[in-house]
This record gives sequence, C-alpha cells and structure tokens, in this order.
Amino acid sequence: MTGRSPFQSVSKYFRELSVAAVLVVLLLVLAIAAPAFFDAPPLFSRLARDTPTLVAACGMTLVILCRQIDISIGSQFAVCGVCAGMLAAGKEPAFVVCAAPLLIGAALGAVNGALIAGLRLPSIVVTLATMVIAREGLRWTQQGAFVNLPDGLQWFGLAQRSGQWALIAFALLLVAAMAWVMKHLAAGRFVYAVGSDAEAARLAGLRPQLTTFLVFILMGALTGLAALMNLVQSPQVDPKSGTGIELKAIAAAVVGGVAVSGGRGRLWGVFAGVLLLACINPALTYLHVEAYWEKAIQGAIILLAVVADGMRSRKAREAS
Amino acid sequence: MPPLLQLSRISKSFGAVRALNEVSFSLEPGEVHALLGENGAGKSTLIKVITGAHAPDDGRIEIDGRPVEALSPSHARALGIGCIYQQPALFPDLTVAENIALRLESASPARRIRWAERQAQAKELLHKLGAEIEPSVEVRRLSMPNQQLVEIACALGSGARIVIMDEPTACLTQKEQHLLFAVVRGLRAHGAGVIYISHRLEEIFALADRVTVLRDGTSIGTNRIDEINEASLIRMMVGREVATIYPPSESAPQEKLVSLRGLGSREGGVHGVNLDLRAGEIVGLAGLVGAGRTELARVLFGITPADAGEILLNDRHVSIRSPAEAIAHGIAYTPEDRRKHGVILEMPIAANVSMAVHRILFPGTWLRFDAERCLALDAIRDLGIKTTGPSAPAGSLSGGNQQKVALARWLATKPKLLILDEPTQGVDIGAKSEIHKIIRRLAAEGLAVLMISSDLPEILGMSDRIAVMRGGTITTILDGKADAHRVIAAALGQSGKEAA
Repeated sequence: MTGRSPFQSVSKYFRELSVAAVLVVLLLVLAIAAPAFFDAPPLFSRLARDTPTLVAACGMTLVILCRQIDISIGSQFAVCGVCAGMLAAGKEPAFVVCAAPLLIGAALGAVNGALIAGLRLPSIVVTLATMVIAREGLRWTQQGAFVNLPDGLQWFGLAQRSGQWALIAFALLLVAAMAWVMKHLAAGRFVYAVGSDAEAARLAGLRPQLTTFLVFILMGALTGLAALMNLVQSPQVDPKSGTGIELKAIAAAVVGGVAVSGGRGRLWGVFAGVLLLACINPALTYLHVEAYWEKAIQGAIILLAVVADGMRSRKAREAS
Repeated sequence: MPPLLQLSRISKSFGAVRALNEVSFSLEPGEVHALLGENGAGKSTLIKVITGAHAPDDGRIEIDGRPVEALSPSHARALGIGCIYQQPALFPDLTVAENIALRLESASPARRIRWAERQAQAKELLHKLGAEIEPSVEVRRLSMPNQQLVEIACALGSGARIVIMDEPTACLTQKEQHLLFAVVRGLRAHGAGVIYISHRLEEIFALADRVTVLRDGTSIGTNRIDEINEASLIRMMVGREVATIYPPSESAPQEKLVSLRGLGSREGGVHGVNLDLRAGEIVGLAGLVGAGRTELARVLFGITPADAGEILLNDRHVSIRSPAEAIAHGIAYTPEDRRKHGVILEMPIAANVSMAVHRILFPGTWLRFDAERCLALDAIRDLGIKTTGPSAPAGSLSGGNQQKVALARWLATKPKLLILDEPTQGVDIGAKSEIHKIIRRLAAEGLAVLMISSDLPEILGMSDRIAVMRGGTITTILDGKADAHRVIAAALGQSGKEAA
C-alpha cells in the first residue's frame, strides 16, 4: 500500500517529464550540430534576459491554477519599470528603488484581485481593461520617452558577468522556493483546491475569494520583481517594455503542463516550459534556420501542449 | 378510437438500478391522466421515455395505435408530444414571439424567419390559451405562470396532442393555479391528452380523469378518479415493507445540542423552522424534492444567510455566516452532490481528508505529510475505504468510497453536529449498508446527526425521530417508529388519520 512503483511516478509526472525530454533532445541536437550555442558569454546573457519571463511565468502559474488569467502583467511590468527607473534617476536609495516596483506591482495586482475576487468579475475582461488603462496611462505621462538610469544601477554595480550570475541564481532560487511553498505550505494547497473546485473548497471552510485576491497580489509583486530584473540589465527603461510578456508567461505555463481549467500543474514543469520556449529563437539562429519560423514553431508547441492536455482529460473522463 | 399513447411493458435500467420495470400506461384523447409516486418512483424516467430522451431497454410504444421504433426527442415532437417542465425552459433574454418561433422553426440555420408571421402566430396561440401576454415582451419580465403559459403555447403551436406537465403548480399561487387548471381543461376539451404529474392530491382529484401510481419503477395500478379516495392512493404509493437490513439503534439520545427557533431565510426559501437536535440522535429530514430540506441544511451550515429566527448551540445563541464559522462551531455538512462539491476529485485522498483541519493538523507553518498520511490511513481503516492508498486521487474511487472520504474529512474536524444530505444517493447496496453502520456508530459515539434523504426506507430505518418538511418549513415531527403512511401523508400535506 505504501510503495509506489516507478511506473506510477512516471505516469503522474508524464506531462512535465515530456516537456523536459523535448528540452533535453533539443539541447542534445544543439550540442552536436551547433556546439557554439553553449559558448558561455552569449549563453549567460540569453539566460539572464529570460529571467524576468521566468519570474512572471511563476506568478502566472498560480493565477492559472486558480482558474483565472492575468493579461495585464505586460502593462504592470512597464509601469513598475518606469517608476523604478525614475526613482533611480532621482538618486533615491537602492532599497527604495528595489522595493518600489514590487509594491507598485502588488498594488496593481490588488486592483485586479479586488475586482475579480471581490466583485466576481471575469478575470479576462478585468485584466484586459487594466492592461489598456495602465499602458495608455503610461504613454500619456511618459510620451514615449525613455528613462535614463544612473551608471551604478546596471548589474547592481557588479561586473556584467557577475551580475548575470546573480540574476540567474536568484531566479532559480525563487522558482525552487515557490515550488517548495506550493507543495509544503497549506497556502499552496489552497490554491490547488480553489482552482479544482471553488465551491467544494468553500464548503470545506476555505476562503476561495481571499485566496484568489492574494494570488493576484502575488502576481503583481512578481511582475514588479521581473521589471526590476529587466531594469538592471540595460542603461535605459523603455516605457513600451514588457509588451507580450503576458503571452510568454501564459504560453510557458501551458506548455509546462498547467491545466487552463485550473487545479493541475507544477512549477518545475513551467520552468522547463520557459527554457524550451526561450531556446527556440537562438536554436534557430545556430542551426541556420530562418528566424521567421520562431513564432510559428512556438505556436505549434503551444498547440501541441493544449491538444495533448485535451486528449488526456478526455481519456480520463472516459475512464471514470 | 385507439388511445393517443399506449406504453406496454416498458423497462429501463441504469447500471444495476432498475428505474422502470414492465410499466404499462395509456392516454386517451380528451383525458387528463395523473401520474403519482414518491421521489425516485420512476416518474421522470417514464416521462423521458415518452419524450424520447431515454430509449427503453424493453417494451413497446404506440402512438395513435401505430408502433413507434427508436423514439428521439425531435421525432417525439413531430409526433405531437410536448412537455412542460416545472421550471420553464425558455430563453430569458429573447421575446415571447422569438421563444415561440425558435421552438416551431425547423432547425435549418439558413432558413429565413418570417417575423411578422411568427408575431401573429404567437399572438394567436396566446389568445387561444386566454393569456394576456404581449408577444414582444422579453420572457424574463414575465411572471412564472405566464412563462408556463408561453411553454404551453409552444407545445400547442407545434401541434402537441400529448401534453406532459411535470408539477406545473409547484411555483404558482392559488389564483394562478386556477388559471392553469382552466387551460388544462381547455386542452382536454379540444381532444388533447394531458399527462399530469403532481404531488398535490387535491389537484389530482380536481383535474384528473384517471390516475396511475408508480412505486419503485413498477406500476401499482391505474384507477378512474371517481373509484378511488385519498387514503387508498397513499396506500398505493407506500405499501412496502421496510427492509430489516438497517442496523438497530444503539444510542440513547442525550442532552439537547442544537435548537432552531423560527429559523428562516428568504434567499433559501425556508421559514419558521423549529427543531431540536440531541447528541446521540439521528433525526431524519424527510420531504418531497423542493420542500426545502437542502436549503435548510445550507442555512445551518452558513452557506445561505439566515434572516429570521435563531440557532442555539448548547442554549447559547450563535450566528453562522460562513462554512468556516459553522466548522468552528462543530457543524459538518456533506453536500448532496458529492461528485461536484463533496470531494475534490483531482486531489489525493489524504489532501481531501485533511482539507477542513489544516489549522489543527499543521499547527506550525508547513504541511506535515506524515501526520496527514496517518489521518488518511486511519480514515481508510475506520471507514473501510477501498483504495490503493492515501495518495490515490479521490476521483479514482467508487461513489460509495468517495462518500466515505467526504465523511472522513468531516469526522477529522471532530464535529458535534453532522448534517448528511442524501448520504447514500447513487451508492451501491453494499457500500450503502456500510455507510448506514458508520452513521449509527457515530450517533452512538455522541454525535447529533441530521440526515436528509429521499429514500423513505432509509429515513424509516435509520431515524430516531423524523422531521417532515413541506413548503419550506418543518410541518410534522414523528418518532422513529412512525410508519411510511404517516411520513408520506405529512410530506403530501394530508392529515395522517385519513391515510391510516
């Protein structure tokens, strides 16, 4: 009764393992056909560039697990980045520059959460509206002007190589910490329960609306963090930054095995999903395939993931 | 003249449950034929066979004396069978004329709808029924009886000669009922046949020409209405021995635990409920579907807010505004639709069992899987849950075992009052009697149990006392030795003496 056969483990984690397997195959192909892909300097700079997406995808995973969606994070990202940049340009102390985007992101997330959990409005419409409001509000105040950052901010004042290391290590630590929380804290389980069946969760004495509200706040804070991690990689902040990051985050979550119907998925699967999607563009370059194919291939991978999930849940329904 | 509808020896099973067993039924032109039976007697299955929603396993259907093979819903409509449900199935945001047109138009999406014609036809149909309804009004603006009239107009417009009415008066006031009766009599005068389902015996005596009683999927008999009285109808509905498979009561009711004093909730549709629940006692909550039993349970558990009366717990007034508060007061509730909200199917048994006791089981910050596993293993052993282990998802279990998981979750909270809503619905016989034994044992251990059930033998076999609900309130409280006659009579609103 206690032992679980290896086969059962494989079938339980099949979805995540298959993403990881595809990633490994892709990396093996690259190792043979284009070993230059693994040259350290470009590899690290690519990985560092993708850390904001990874952080946003972690937040998005929780949102989707709650059977919600947030498409406003691209705008939140830009607002947080510009605000932090302006504070830095105004020579505010470092901890203010670092804390501000997180707090602003959390506040924007709280607005989404209050409307979605408090008034029970559909998240796609609410976040569509806040996406447009934040983006257009920023354009109106900023008039498209870039914010120049002081020199000391880039790579936290470290050398570029150490800065990249620091970002990558921090992102990995964050993913590991969140994965641990999702498994070992009651709060993580509440998220799964609410996404599986909010009414059942309520009847068991949980508070589904509160859980949803807090998840949106966390999403906002992580978006702010992602903006900060993006900020330190360049000398300027583009007020149009973050465009499309919501799609990348959603795509990574879906590819990584998070069910759009909520309640099912794991962060390490999403981690593999982020890496897989991030590898495609450089892989095409190194394999001398025209870069125009990138979006088409990404789309095909997403479609494949959704079709696989659909077929699997249909099979599960037929079995029961 | 052949009968409009003739069913001969119709049988239908769902899995191991035999819903209809060689039922024969006929409907003459110009006749109102009432169909009577307690919950689960097979009335709705029979209706679904007639409307083509279910194919019978066995038996013959004849319409106008001609046998009909493989009746489908659209075929049934084409043959002139129309059904009016208790809750009108109309499109609320469309107008009356649009609703009628949608029912009458053929299904081809490319066909142009002639609105002027439809408007005129709607008007004419409604006029024929004597209804004063403007065809251009949106349906959601209509009162319930007017919506029902629109349904009837739809049925008539499609040329229905066999009209089925499923508890049409359940949501109507006295005055509206009389209007409806006039329409039914009008249908009869025009030569249509009406199959009339109702729990209200006085309506059946006022309206029907014949009455057929179903019980446990079998037709008990068909009588002319002037050859029968209320007492014998009730006898026909009940007339069954309570099986002796129920475990005997072992507990002596102790002190009073919970008192409901005039409890009511406008939103839940319950009012003026008075009931005492004692530790160690099983109170069966009986009543027809729609009498307000589940609604009362939801008020007690804080899902629907109460707005009248009070709940006393150990003689102290408590207010319960959410399930979390109910749990804190030692109340547990396993909902009716276990597959939907009783357990979370995707989650392992262990996580389901610990769901309501996170704070107690994990006083620190993080989950302790060993403690959770022990809790789940205890539950699996104590309740006899048949599974491969605590990490198996709840969705992999059979219905009876899912119900045990739902029970285990609540027992982990060490409740004082356990509310069970249809605890054995859809559960096979073996698991059913195991659940009964568990309920008995819990009562013997000092729990107060409030058990909602539509299964009359279960109510009679398990209850120390029986509270009967009707029309949103508890009308009668009987002791556990009451016989089926008195429970049915109370649920139908008849005085027990006539029935006995």
